[in-house]
Amino acid sequence: MVSQWERTNPFVSVLPKAPTGISGLDKITGGGLPKGRPTIVCGGAGSGKTLLGVEFLVHGAAEYDEPGLFLAFEETPGELTMNVASLGFDLERLIADKKLLIDHIYIDRSEIEETGEYDLEGLFIRLGYLIDSIGAKRVVLDTVEALFGALSDTYILRSELRRLFNWLKQKGVTAVITAERGDGTLTRHGLEEYVSDCVILLDHRVTEQVSTRRLRIVKYRGTAHGTNEYPFLIDRDGFSVLPITSVGLDHQVTEERVSIGVPQLDDLMGGRGLYRGSTVLVSGTAGSGKSSLAAHFVHAACQRGERSLYLASEESRHQIIRNMRSIGIDLQPWVEAGLLHFHNARPTASSLELYLTITNRIINEFQPQAVVIDPITNFNLMGNPNEVKAMLMRLIDNLKSCQITTMMTSLTGGGDALEQTEVGISSLIDTWILLRDMEANGERNRLMYLLKSRGMPHSNQLREFLLTSNGIRLVDVYVGAGGVLTGSARAAQEAQERAAALAQAQEVERLRLNLERKRRALEAQIAALRANFDAEAEELYRIIDQQAAREQQIMTDRADMARHRTVYSTEPDGGESGRRNGI
Amino acid sequence: MTGVWQSNFSTDMTDDVWELRLYVAGQTPKSLTAFANLQRFCDEYLAGKYRLEVIDLLEHPHLAQRDQIVAIPTLVRKLPEPMRKIIGDLSNKERVLIGLELRSR
Repeated sequence: MVSQWERTNPFVSVLPKAPTGISGLDKITGGGLPKGRPTIVCGGAGSGKTLLGVEFLVHGAAEYDEPGLFLAFEETPGELTMNVASLGFDLERLIADKKLLIDHIYIDRSEIEETGEYDLEGLFIRLGYLIDSIGAKRVVLDTVEALFGALSDTYILRSELRRLFNWLKQKGVTAVITAERGDGTLTRHGLEEYVSDCVILLDHRVTEQVSTRRLRIVKYRGTAHGTNEYPFLIDRDGFSVLPITSVGLDHQVTEERVSIGVPQLDDLMGGRGLYRGSTVLVSGTAGSGKSSLAAHFVHAACQRGERSLYLASEESRHQIIRNMRSIGIDLQPWVEAGLLHFHNARPTASSLELYLTITNRIINEFQPQAVVIDPITNFNLMGNPNEVKAMLMRLIDNLKSCQITTMMTSLTGGGDALEQTEVGISSLIDTWILLRDMEANGERNRLMYLLKSRGMPHSNQLREFLLTSNGIRLVDVYVGAGGVLTGSARAAQEAQERAAALAQAQEVERLRLNLERKRRALEAQIAALRANFDAEAEELYRIIDQQAAREQQIMTDRADMARHRTVYSTEPDGGESGRRNGI
Repeated sequence: MTGVWQSNFSTDMTDDVWELRLYVAGQTPKSLTAFANLQRFCDEYLAGKYRLEVIDLLEHPHLAQRDQIVAIPTLVRKLPEPMRKIIGDLSNKERVLIGLELRSR
């Protein structure tokens, strides 16, 4: 963690550092707290001072092989162990391993009487004994100022504390001294005067009912350090600081394209969909279908086997899943398969910084390839527009550096200009899909327009889209004399065209039948003629045959006659023939 | 439990024996003053019924934890109950007597 950081970290110095192991804090301090020196951590009640101290020791003992001593002036070891156990720290195991020692210094004002001169040598001896018993390299005094409440001689206390800090330095232990924030001063009793090496201020402020924890390094001698106020977070994993500094604009980009989940919409973007790792903004008025498009987007990502994260701030997971079933998208199987993860949080429940930190951590843990933020407009409840923009910029930077394709939805208010996002992030996003309602003929219809899409040819056409039980379907719009036709007007137009087409088809059919009929008439005529002809031909053939037969008969007769004549001349009894021949 | 200096033990072990411990760290002027003052008060007000133990934390550093010793010198009244602590060199007699509850405030 440190090695990669050091190459690019502007805060690195040569001073030896004791890493705190707190993510983020080591980054802005260039490696940790000054090794072998005392550091003051000041802040109001509940600002996380004790926790920072505990984490410093726990990480030191567990990760850097530096045993630690926790000297509590306010909490007993039992209380402390219990309190931090909820954050996942197992102090008892570290104590059993002799890597951690917790001691409680308890001074009851009521049983103490002060008379005459004294010093705090007892504390020194006790501290020295404890440090030596486990070879502690790290010491936390929480909160040493409690002594001011127990002992009344502040003059002695001040000089003794000054001596204590010097003594700690001589001991070579890296010490964290927590102190209450004073009125107008960093610490109530001016302890920062005695510790010149490093002062860290923790702040817990509430603005418009939203609390933000911030950390600032007031002083860090010998080290260039971040001077900003850094938001930090205390959650189930303990303490984490979030450096505001952006990762810069040197993301890797890819030519790879992924579907947005609606094939017809992919067609509008050069037919190939979005670039992987790009950021899509879907803006539109209420009910224009933003979440539905987002559901398509995650559905498609899950179908590709990509892990998807749905950050919802308006609807619960179950509500989204139920609602999306109505347009034929069932997200439940993806949730069960572990591909889809919902994170639902009301934005007002936390501050912007907290939201960013939580989101970044979820992204780091879940490693999604697609993320939906639905909607980003709710962030306006959490901060002023500049803060929201800065936060989103960092979020988008982070998403882009991880090559995560992101879809954000933005609600456009009733009276707002459509081409304006409420949070003013249009310059940060790559593809902007505008969803709008068109009201005409007593109905509202949904239109979709690709306002911009960086790095790809995209359609200039306004398209109507329908939310059907099979999801989003894009239909062509009709452009008529009165503007684009949508909804019923489009349906009427379609019906008209259908009727015209039908009439056309009917006419063709009629002509075809006509032709057929003519053909049949012609064929009938042909048949009649042929029949006539056949009859005549038959008659003629018959006559021809008769003629031929007669011819034959004549020939036969003639032959007979000839023969007969011959026979008559030689035979006496041939009167008949002889008579005829005599004629 | 042995101190660097000799301890005075009461001879008669009555019920209301006073058990006192003086925590010091080496023979510093403050410690010596405190010890001298304490001896004087004990002889004056508690003659014969007190037991004084002087503990040098330099020799027994672990004992600082037991009685929650922060300041040096500290006089601890273990008995009679409740426990009382007086810190400082015991130079103010009135306050010592009040602290030991030998005199009402």
